[in-house]
Amino acid sequence: MIAFRDLKKTYQMGDETVAALAGVSLSFPRGSYLAITGPSGSGKSTLMNILGGLDRPTSGQYLFEDEDVSHLDDDGLAHFRNQRIGFVFQSFQLLPRYSALQNVELPMVYAGIEVKERRERAAEMLAKVGLADRRHHRPTQMSGGQQQRVAIARSLANNPDLLLADEPTGALDSSTGKDVMALFEQLNSEGLTVILVTHDANVAARARRRVGFRDGLIVSDEGAKS
Amino acid sequence: MKSKDLLRFAASAIAAHPMRSALTSLGVVIGVAAVVMMTSIGLGAQQRVMSAISGLGSNLIIVSPAASRSGFAAQAAGSDISITGADAEAIAKQVEGVAAVAPTVRGQAQLAAEGTNWNSRIEGVTPDYLVARDLTIGQGRMFDDREARQGRTIAVIGTTVARELFGDADPLGKRIRVGSSPFQVVGVLTSKGQSGFGQDQDDIVLGPLPAVRSRVVGRRVKGDTVQTIYIKAASEDDLSRVQEDTTTLLRERHRIREGEDDDFQAQNMASILQASQAATATFTILLAAVAAVSLVVGGVGIMNIMLVAVTERTREIGLRMAVGAKRSDILIQFALESVALSLAGGILGLLIGIGGALLIAKLGSWPMAIPSWAAPLSLGFSMAVGLVFGAYPSWQASRLDPIEALRRE
Repeated sequence: MIAFRDLKKTYQMGDETVAALAGVSLSFPRGSYLAITGPSGSGKSTLMNILGGLDRPTSGQYLFEDEDVSHLDDDGLAHFRNQRIGFVFQSFQLLPRYSALQNVELPMVYAGIEVKERRERAAEMLAKVGLADRRHHRPTQMSGGQQQRVAIARSLANNPDLLLADEPTGALDSSTGKDVMALFEQLNSEGLTVILVTHDANVAARARRRVGFRDGLIVSDEGAKS
Repeated sequence: MKSKDLLRFAASAIAAHPMRSALTSLGVVIGVAAVVMMTSIGLGAQQRVMSAISGLGSNLIIVSPAASRSGFAAQAAGSDISITGADAEAIAKQVEGVAAVAPTVRGQAQLAAEGTNWNSRIEGVTPDYLVARDLTIGQGRMFDDREARQGRTIAVIGTTVARELFGDADPLGKRIRVGSSPFQVVGVLTSKGQSGFGQDQDDIVLGPLPAVRSRVVGRRVKGDTVQTIYIKAASEDDLSRVQEDTTTLLRERHRIREGEDDDFQAQNMASILQASQAATATFTILLAAVAAVSLVVGGVGIMNIMLVAVTERTREIGLRMAVGAKRSDILIQFALESVALSLAGGILGLLIGIGGALLIAKLGSWPMAIPSWAAPLSLGFSMAVGLVFGAYPSWQASRLDPIEALRRE
């Protein structure tokens, strides 16, 4: 179970205090498939950053399984991101001078896994996303859809509990976007918790639960609750 | 996170821009090469001066005429020669702890024998000269005091002169013409090789003082005057006392009143050695300091490029943090890059410095002297430069906010 209660995130902009999150609460069990939707500036990205351990809430509580993530220090958050979270970004965020295999290895390097083991596992992950024959290609030698699949393989490298995807199809054409969505659905069906942030209604429609954001608050919550 | 992975990250980042990395290291290469070359030149100079001075003879005091003053106008040293053979005799008789006293005149002369010519140094000396200058006879004999007083025209020659004039033939008993006067060769000196000043010490002719004065250098050295008196103290402990006693004696003999300057100078080899050592040490430190400045400039170059690298790779840093890199992992990765750049420059600079020192030693017939601390010091110093100048960029990289960093274009 992942749950957060009354999360607030405020920024000081000159004299004004701007609330990116004005107090949101939600809980969802393992294996959930959520889409978070809303216009830009509605707070959905801020929530993603807090859920992924890249940022801390100004107030409120974030419980991951039984761990209180909201009070971890920098190193604790780094470890949390490394072990629990897989990130997929709109712009892929692959390191251009590394091969696909080396990109997938990266989270395992920071986990302290031996070279031989992480090579094997990275190759396995690339095969899982259908890129077994592309492991020595560099990002620049691959199409956008292939790059996003490398990024998904990387997000799975340390066997995370939660996959966070921020507009994962935003930079892809609709057919490769559909392939990537199919991949998320497959991963979810294998038990992985997936949260998508999107403002594409078609993408959101494929999720089992859809949470709508506006002005830092949850304004809708539809679909399966478990 | 394993240290060999950190090294691998640093190496791959350096290898990604080979040209830029090479140029960045160049500053340190030049700095370290300069430090190594400068210290080796300084040390070589020191060794050369030391061997030159000690080659003159041990426990030696050299008395030579001082620049005389007429009114307030100082004249060149030796312009009015003031020391005499009688001074030398007085020193030998009255100063205690003296092993040898050798009054000397010298000149340059054209030598001729059996149709061959050679130009060499000729010194008019007494037999004590060999003792004072630590010379020995290799072949034949030295002339004695009686022969010298009789004004006999006989000579002892150095091995270079013997080779140039007589080739492989035995020079003993042969006649040589020194200027316009014939001298008979009675002995050949043992070879002493090159002096530290680069002078061939075997290119010399020694003749009895009276004969050489009257026949070879007569026009410049009048009466009983001599150009140099070499005094060998009996032991090192006697050296400074012999020097003082000689000075007192000569002032007395030359009727120099209290407060007046000496008209001669008595120099003790040990003190000359010390002074020149101090001078070359200062010189070496100065050279090394100048070279160290270029090393610092190299460090600033590294800092500059590391700051550029942090800016360029902001997204990479954000991504690394997102997948689990701790701030310390980022800090160490960038610090290692900086140290590796600097150390690589240091190693290359050390090799170039040693090569340059070898080349200078070869071209300038300079003793090859690379201080033993050159390698550890220059490598240690270049590592320190990388660490110091990489610290700020690395710290900046580690303080980045991952969210901001990932958003950067």
